[in-house]
Amino acid sequence: MDVWVSIILSVCAASTPLLLAATGELVVERSGVLNLGVEGMMIMGAVCAFAGAQLTGDPFVGALFGIVAGAAFSLLFAFLTLILVANQVATGLALTILGLGLSGMIGEGFVGQPGIKMERIDIPFLSDLPIIGQLVFGQDPIFYASIALVIAVWFFLFRSRKGLQLRAVGDSHSSAHALGIGVLKTRALAIVFGGACAGLAGAHLSLVYVPQWVEGMTAGRGWIALALVVFASWRPGRLIIGAYLFGAVNIAQFHMQAQGFGIPAQFLTSLPYITTIVVLVLIARNRRLTMINTPAALGQPFVPDR
Amino acid sequence: MKKTIIALAAATALLGTGTAALADGHAKTKACFIYIGPTGDFGWTYQHDEGRKAVEAEFGDKVETAFLENVPESAEAQRPIEQFARSGCNIIFTTSFNYMDPTNKAAAKFPDVKFEHATGYKREHANVSTYSSKFYQGRYVQGQIAAKMSTTGVAGYIASFPIPEVVRGINAFILGAQSVNPDFSLKVVWVSTWFDPAKEADAAKALIDQGVDIITQHTDSTAAMQVAAERGIKAFGQASDMIKFGPETQLTAIIDDWAPQYIERVKAVMDGTWKQQDVWHGMDHGSVAMAPYTNMPDDVKAMAMETEAKIKANEFEPFTGPIMKQDGSEWLKDGEKADIGALLGMNFYVKGVDDKLPQ
Repeated sequence: MDVWVSIILSVCAASTPLLLAATGELVVERSGVLNLGVEGMMIMGAVCAFAGAQLTGDPFVGALFGIVAGAAFSLLFAFLTLILVANQVATGLALTILGLGLSGMIGEGFVGQPGIKMERIDIPFLSDLPIIGQLVFGQDPIFYASIALVIAVWFFLFRSRKGLQLRAVGDSHSSAHALGIGVLKTRALAIVFGGACAGLAGAHLSLVYVPQWVEGMTAGRGWIALALVVFASWRPGRLIIGAYLFGAVNIAQFHMQAQGFGIPAQFLTSLPYITTIVVLVLIARNRRLTMINTPAALGQPFVPDR
Repeated sequence: MKKTIIALAAATALLGTGTAALADGHAKTKACFIYIGPTGDFGWTYQHDEGRKAVEAEFGDKVETAFLENVPESAEAQRPIEQFARSGCNIIFTTSFNYMDPTNKAAAKFPDVKFEHATGYKREHANVSTYSSKFYQGRYVQGQIAAKMSTTGVAGYIASFPIPEVVRGINAFILGAQSVNPDFSLKVVWVSTWFDPAKEADAAKALIDQGVDIITQHTDSTAAMQVAAERGIKAFGQASDMIKFGPETQLTAIIDDWAPQYIERVKAVMDGTWKQQDVWHGMDHGSVAMAPYTNMPDDVKAMAMETEAKIKANEFEPFTGPIMKQDGSEWLKDGEKADIGALLGMNFYVKGVDDKLPQ
């Protein structure tokens, strides 16, 4: 395999879970809800996807388990923050802590089992083309799902009526309510969508990236996804840039280390974070546009008057 | 002796922790463990937990154990350690290098509790012992195997943090490799974490893309083994036997067996004979073991077994001169053995490592 193709494939693998989780969270935050539980939903997705694949022998069923687990877990958040109007920040943090613990318990019996890997797709002839064959026609299904998802989310948010309504809810829930838009329903659906995406991101980790289950295997990727949403100023296009930049610099710094250029490893390890922040801040330096993109009602609870 | 036990029982009863006294008047000894990762990492922490289970199996209802997972390696570690001390633990094992200062600080506050810190060197109070294993002995054997098995003449090493323990492993590996092939070289990638399966996988992929055909690691998950299996190269397991993750990939693995050490020290607390010590056992004590040699020709296997036997019998020590430092200056003269201080504080590479050591 050509080295560059192999490197780009590594970058795609590293970026896909971040992009998936961040896309889900972007929709959630656009509806005015801040769910800090991404890490928890992601790891629940990872463990359930792994369990599903082990039990049924089919990684696709596993991925479905992951999606459902993430979505179901986010329902807990929706119930607490929308119905009981609990503090979103605290509830999100609790969701992460609960997810990390609960996943460890669910996964106890699956530790130390080699997983079933979701194989790359293989289209006769097309996948065998030089260079683009592998990159365009030979990756894992979740990679394609992640790209399709970002495009779909962009279309939904900025080209559809429902998307406009969702953004209206996120900018001013009172106005949206006055217009007859179901604020809580919109937010609940957004939260569940975010959970499903985080679940699929987890499934990618435990079925494609490293086909195994170990406690805490998300290792903070949920938090990186959260940060990406903010630095991408809630724009799906910038999210792709952010996620892939992070993934690419991360892989690149390993190559730089292996080359032995003599650059301090500590500096190289921090490089993905520094580069991503700098680039996204530069992109979003127009403050007026950033203000417009920021969901004005982010984190504010909505209690409908009866 | 009996007095101390009664005192201990009284002390724990005062604290209201309910360490049950048995019918014969002996209190249950409580052994507590602080872990850096999850017990299910199938690597470092997994093996420590196996040691804890061995203590339970050995002493049955005379002992009670407790553990805390995922305790961060920072000043924050002091709180859980002290909490253990307060909750009636008689002996506390802190099982990662950077628990060193928190352990010593907690020891000052709880002089009656025994502390055992793994892989460290600070014993500031009489109730702190340190212990470690000479994992580098296994690294040397791995290096020899790597040099025999590699066709590119370059191996890849996934490293965590530039602490002496890790540097020692890297040096032992390259010394072993060069004893077979003097031109062998080693690429090192630092991932700045003990446990992040995805990152470890990324590092393995990068190393393979850079042309290495043998991977070894000083991180805790099985991810690198899986990547190596997928790419069809060979790899070494770390801390645990990882053969399940690479049936056709794993050459061997260094297995950390903490059970003898933990049983011995818990017994010392029971008998009241616990004294401060600093132990550094190797293959000779069985605390460093090698997983079966697999996926290699018989002559390589024979060589590995011979080296292992020599190290076990203390006939051979990997850090024996002549050894040059990376910059070409002489470190050890012909036949000279490294003293223990130099080994414990190792902060330089020997010749052949294709990396700049982060300082």
